Amino acid sequence: MARITAGIACSHVPAIGVAMDKGITDEPYWQPVFKGFEFSRKWNEENKPDVVFLVYNDHCTAFDSSIIPTFAIGCAAEFTPADEGFGPRPVPVVKGHQKLASHIAQSVILDEFDLTIMNEMEVDHGLTVPLSVMYGDRKPGDDWGTLVIPLAVNVVQYPAPTANRCYNLGKAIRRAIDSYPEDLNVHIYGTGGMSHQLQSERAGLINAEWDQNFMDMLVNEPDKARQIDHIEFLRETGSEGIEMVMWLVMRGALDEKVTEVHRHYHVPASNTAVGHLILENHG
Amino acid sequence: MTEKPYEDIPGTFVFDADRSREGYWLNQFCISLRLEKNRQAFRDDPEAHMSRFAMSEEQKQAVRDRDWNRLLELGGNIYYTSKLAAFDGIVFQDLAAMMSHMSRDDYRKMMVDGGRPIEGNRYKSEWEKK
Ligand SMILES: [Fe+2]
Repeated sequence: MARITAGIACSHVPAIGVAMDKGITDEPYWQPVFKGFEFSRKWNEENKPDVVFLVYNDHCTAFDSSIIPTFAIGCAAEFTPADEGFGPRPVPVVKGHQKLASHIAQSVILDEFDLTIMNEMEVDHGLTVPLSVMYGDRKPGDDWGTLVIPLAVNVVQYPAPTANRCYNLGKAIRRAIDSYPEDLNVHIYGTGGMSHQLQSERAGLINAEWDQNFMDMLVNEPDKARQIDHIEFLRETGSEGIEMVMWLVMRGALDEKVTEVHRHYHVPASNTAVGHLILENHG
Repeated sequence: MTEKPYEDIPGTFVFDADRSREGYWLNQFCISLRLEKNRQAFRDDPEAHMSRFAMSEEQKQAVRDRDWNRLLELGGNIYYTSKLAAFDGIVFQDLAAMMSHMSRDDYRKMMVDGGRPIEGNRYKSEWEKK
């Protein structure tokens, strides 16, 4: 049977990818950001998943304004890193697990979550940065070391799906993975956040106290975390902080009780608060 | 028209369906600049490239002026307008500084010191008092 053994929350700040691609992670500005991921890479090495189910958002790369699916699952054999305007990131092509992806799509849709199915899709920094963080430097010809099933969530055009909807989708994904007959170790990632606002006169907003409370709540009181409404995310964490609804998908797919094995929080990476959690399942 | 509870957040344009509708062609123009062939077309003849998108005259003027907050006001979304900034060679953090009327160094220092604080920045009424 396939099993979800861990959940990983991770910001996907593009500048983190740029710092890795340029090899400047030792610079004083970046050193504290990457220090907090050292444990994660070791842990990841010791707990190698077969498949990563990666919840992220596309930043008008695969989806511009012409099509805005709320939830889109990647069922392709592979996903090419996209050119976001500076040339594609120099990282490997992302390989999918087609059989598991279509099993999840079918199961979740029958469970009344109407996903969009993507049989071709390019992926942007939202997906590749968390992989780089967890798997370290990988060059274009390399292997990522895991298969990946992307789930893109709309958080660009208001309204994003609610925190509660995301949490319940996580539960449906859990049921789908639990019912897959092959033995597979699966990790689920919730990416994006934490507090940040990229636009207009309030740009640069950070709310560290809120972020830390959110992490506590997500770990120990997910039933409270899933009740956070959009206006609270927008007001308290900045217009782009709404990305944190994606962490709820990850949390919904885990057990009621989880063990927090790692937490990292740092301000800033560019305009953003970096947050990261590793949560282990026991069930 | 439904009420928008997020309208009282200061210095923020929430990109909702109304803004998306108004800004559709502006955003599609901006995102075209993701690809080199379109960047080349815009470099060669800015007006001709803009005319491929059904933008309003106001939107075109805001593009010409590189008036970053005005672009958002006219329905632009930051993930889109930042492609225009990138075309000009402006990095995201410097764009953020420009939009919040700060110098590059002051903005960078604010971020290193923990970012723009939430206190006093939740409601428009808090800004009006200043
Ligand atoms: Fe993002």
